[in-house]
Amino acid sequence: MGNLRVVKDGDSGFATTRFDALLGWARKYSLFQYPFVTACCGMEFMAVASPRYDVARFGAEAPRFSPRQADLLWVVGTISQRQAPVLRRIYEQMADPKWVIAFGTCAACGGFYDNYTTVAGIDKIIPVDVYIPGCPPRPEAVLDGLILLQEKITKGGLEPMSVPPKELPSLMQIRSRQDSLRLKENV
Amino acid sequence: MSQAVAQAIKSRLGHAATVIETFRGDDRVIVDASQWRRTAELLKTDPEFDMDHFLELTAVDYLEREPEVPRFDVVLIVRSNKSNQRVILKTRVRETEELDSLVSVWVGANWAEREIFDMFGIRFREHPDLRRILMYPEFEGYPLRKDYPIDKTQPLIEYRQVEGTSKLPPFGKEEGQPWTRIDWQARLAGEDLQVSPAISLQQGQRKALSESE
Repeated sequence: MGNLRVVKDGDSGFATTRFDALLGWARKYSLFQYPFVTACCGMEFMAVASPRYDVARFGAEAPRFSPRQADLLWVVGTISQRQAPVLRRIYEQMADPKWVIAFGTCAACGGFYDNYTTVAGIDKIIPVDVYIPGCPPRPEAVLDGLILLQEKITKGGLEPMSVPPKELPSLMQIRSRQDSLRLKENV
Repeated sequence: MSQAVAQAIKSRLGHAATVIETFRGDDRVIVDASQWRRTAELLKTDPEFDMDHFLELTAVDYLEREPEVPRFDVVLIVRSNKSNQRVILKTRVRETEELDSLVSVWVGANWAEREIFDMFGIRFREHPDLRRILMYPEFEGYPLRKDYPIDKTQPLIEYRQVEGTSKLPPFGKEEGQPWTRIDWQARLAGEDLQVSPAISLQQGQRKALSESE
C-alpha cells in the first residue's frame, strides 16, 4: 500500500499514495495537448513547439485534435461570444483528468478587448489551471507555465496558478549590456 | 485625381448628384438614395467609367446630425482597372429606410451588404441572402451604431458561478481583473483599484516594487 498522506488544498482533500505519485509522474510528462488556437497567440504557440524553444523536451509535443484523445486544453487567443459554446463543448467532451492552460491575455482576462464580442477571460466559461499572461507571452513564459502545470499535477489540488512576470537573471543582464556596448562600437 | 470622373458623374445624373467633395486626392459624389442602383449600373457598364473593381461598401453612423437629415451614410468605393480611376459614392439613408442592393451590379457587394445589415441595421432590397454575418443570430441590436453601448455583451452561454470570491484565484484581493464588469468612470477618477501598476502607483494605491524588497 505504501504511505498514505492526506493533503488538504483549500477545500479539496486528497489522499495520495505512491501509486498516485507514479500516475502523476506519468501524466505530467506525457501531456497530449489540444491546441484550441484562435488568434495571434497561435504564432507564439507554434514558436514554442518549434525546435528553438522546444516543448518536446517536456513531453508535451503531441497535439491531438480530438478532445477525446487529449488531456491538456491550450486555449490560445481571443475567445468571442460566438465561440464560447464551442469551447465549452470541447471542454465537456474531454475525459478526466484534464487541465486547461489560458495562453495569452485574451484567454486569461479578455486582453485589451472590452466590447460586445469578447469573453473577458475563459475562466468565465471553463475552469482554468494555469494562466500565462503576455501579448503574446514569450516562449520562455509559456514553458514556465507548462512546468508550473507539471508541478501542479505532481502535488494535486485544484487551485489555479499564474505565471508571474520575471526579471532577467543577472548573467543575462550582463550579456545584454555587453551586446549593446558592442553594437555601439560597431556603429 | 478622379475629378474628371466625379464631374462626369455629376453631368450625367444632373440633380440627383448633390455634392462633390475632394479630400486628399479622392473625390466623392453624394447621390440620392433613389438613384443608388442606377448610378452603380452607370458606373459599371458605361465605357466612359468602366468601374469593374469593387473595393468597399460600408456605412457610417452620424448620430449627431439634425433629425431631418438621414442618419446613415452608405459609402461605395469602386475603381476602374483600365483607367486606374477611383471614385467614392455616398448616399444618405434613414434608420428605417431600405436601400437598393448592388449585388446585381458587383457580386462582391454581397457580404459587404450583409455586414452593413449586421452592424447598422440597414436593409437592402433584393439582396439574395440578407442575414447576419459577423454576429450570431441570437444577437439583438446593431453593434456599430453609435447608441449601442460598446461593452454590452449578450452571452450565448451562462457564465460560471464561483462562490465566495469576487476575484478569481490565483489573484489576491488587491490584484487582478475583477470578476464583474469594470466601472470605468470610477477607475478613471481614481476611486477604483487600478490594475495597471504605473497608474496605481500614481494614485497612491500601492508601493513601488523597488521600495518593498
